Amino acid sequence: MSAYRTYIIVWIALLILTVLTWGISYINLGMGNVAVALLIASLKAALVALFFMHLRYENRLVWAFALVPLLFLALIIFGTLADTMSR
Amino acid sequence: MHDVTETKTHSSGQALETAKLGIWCFLATEVLLFGALFTAYTIFRVSDPQMFLTEHLKLNRIFGAVNTIVLICSSLSVALGIAAIRQGKQRMLRICLILTLVLAATFLGVKYAEYSEHIARGELPGTNNFFSLYYMMTGLHAIHVCGGMAALGTMLVMAYRGKFSAEYNTPVEITGLYWHFVDLVWIYLFPLLYLIG
Repeated sequence: MSAYRTYIIVWIALLILTVLTWGISYINLGMGNVAVALLIASLKAALVALFFMHLRYENRLVWAFALVPLLFLALIIFGTLADTMSR
Repeated sequence: MHDVTETKTHSSGQALETAKLGIWCFLATEVLLFGALFTAYTIFRVSDPQMFLTEHLKLNRIFGAVNTIVLICSSLSVALGIAAIRQGKQRMLRICLILTLVLAATFLGVKYAEYSEHIARGELPGTNNFFSLYYMMTGLHAIHVCGGMAALGTMLVMAYRGKFSAEYNTPVEITGLYWHFVDLVWIYLFPLLYLIG
């Protein structure tokens, strides 16, 4: 599959996911809205990272640079949250 | 003699790998930069969910959605441009870079319209925590868009001067990676600020 075709397909998927997240935001799922929105956003992010940013073809060191910050992000968010929610 | 081998390895050898590692390292710091703001978002939201519910409705979600589409298209255009120059297609690269720049400018234009709307209604950064976050996060993001445009513009100038080829296109690749990151941040910003109540 040529690179061009891969990019177009990923692009279409991203547009569809955008419409999806837009549509679902009109349905009231309570706390579920946050989870679904983050899920769809993460799916879009994964598509951009894997295909547009070529992460799919990169070596382990690049993957480490891409993933470790997310670990630290989780740390800082949940660490701070743990403090706020126990007040 | 030494010079020729240097340039030849730029695209396919260690130099390209080093450059890519370098930009990913930078993007890692950027994840944490925006991450700090996302942390603030989480804390504010958990502390005052009612305010987020009422305030987020004041955002223009149509503008937000348009901007999301604009950035997704700009990621496509820059990716197509890089694929093109890898095949040595110089003209296609220039067209794609111009398209990306136009889309980036469109994004900023829409943000200008949005900010104008809010300011006219008295919704300012100091109004409340939600708008403080909104302006800070989208503002910082917009600054990154400007930086991206500067990089893309530089790539366009270099492309016109014939600096890039199938053998050497590392700077374009690196700029592309940065630009995709800018798109990535917005992919999270849009639902978190505009869509969730």
